[in-house]
Amino acid sequence: MKRVSLKKRFRVKNIFVFVVLVYLGFQMLSLGFLLDLKDVKGVAKYYLENDIKDTQSANVVTSIVVNYRGFDTLGEVTVLFLAATGLGAILSGYRKVKKQKILANTMLQYGSKPLLAIIILFGAYIFIHGHLSPGGGFQGGTVIATGFLLMLLALEGYEIKHGYIKWTESLAGLTFVTVGLFGLFLLGSFLADFLPLGKVGNLFSSGVIPIIYVAVGFKVGSELTGLLDNMMGVVE
Amino acid sequence: MKRRGIIKMATLVIITVLCVVLMVVAAWFAIRTSDLVSAVIGSSVVSLMASVLFLILHAPDVAMTEAAIGAGLSTFVFLIAIRKTERYEKDEEQ
Repeated sequence: MKRVSLKKRFRVKNIFVFVVLVYLGFQMLSLGFLLDLKDVKGVAKYYLENDIKDTQSANVVTSIVVNYRGFDTLGEVTVLFLAATGLGAILSGYRKVKKQKILANTMLQYGSKPLLAIIILFGAYIFIHGHLSPGGGFQGGTVIATGFLLMLLALEGYEIKHGYIKWTESLAGLTFVTVGLFGLFLLGSFLADFLPLGKVGNLFSSGVIPIIYVAVGFKVGSELTGLLDNMMGVVE
Repeated sequence: MKRRGIIKMATLVIITVLCVVLMVVAAWFAIRTSDLVSAVIGSSVVSLMASVLFLILHAPDVAMTEAAIGAGLSTFVFLIAIRKTERYEKDEEQ
């Protein structure tokens, strides 16, 4: 079989792809600008109408992700866990060498430390307020991981203790499953909302959603931090 | 009141068109260049513009995810991987 380079194959197909993409783009434009919320049908309509009554969560997206579709979120977290574990398993065979040829300058080194605290505070804010404002566990966890990435880049010889990461991750996953099992034993279905719902707009409201999102935030943050640490430590 | 709505809509459309054009240009650049660092920067620009578009389409949750993961973390993961391997793409036809 003759090998065709990627660039050549691209040239043959590009006109077709371009036409399809332009068509899809115009479809998306009409979807975004001309869609009326009254036109929503089916299960989406149910979610929009009964969100406040069922979950008391101000953010419909959060109530769908954590409450109505909580089991899917558990699967999603498991997929992320498997990806991080796989990367760790592949990279763990390599020897870890901490050496940096170019040192970061003094201002970066000292400025990044207080910045880490602010970034972690912001990430925690995002996942604690997941049921009130946009964002949630996944976004907050990623923000926290970027804070640790800053430390890994700025400080020479910065080490993240893998024991802490493992414990945080395991406890967060355990919390998620335990909350689900409580729902199973108390109300008869996995991840059922067994806590009092409270009033919409309060921090302590909407049942199990804040607990699960805090657990997801810790889990995602520790997983991504461990992943970045694995990648930074590999010798070339 | 009505005129204000029209101006707001026109601003949104202009921002959208700018974002889409920049996305297409950045994606094209990321495909064509043989410098992998430039390609990664191009794809991160695509992600950043996509997050602006998600914000315009009233999906702030998705916009935050896209900005944090697409433009932030994945760019650095790619850059670390490039630092460990090679920076320039080799010509396959040799």
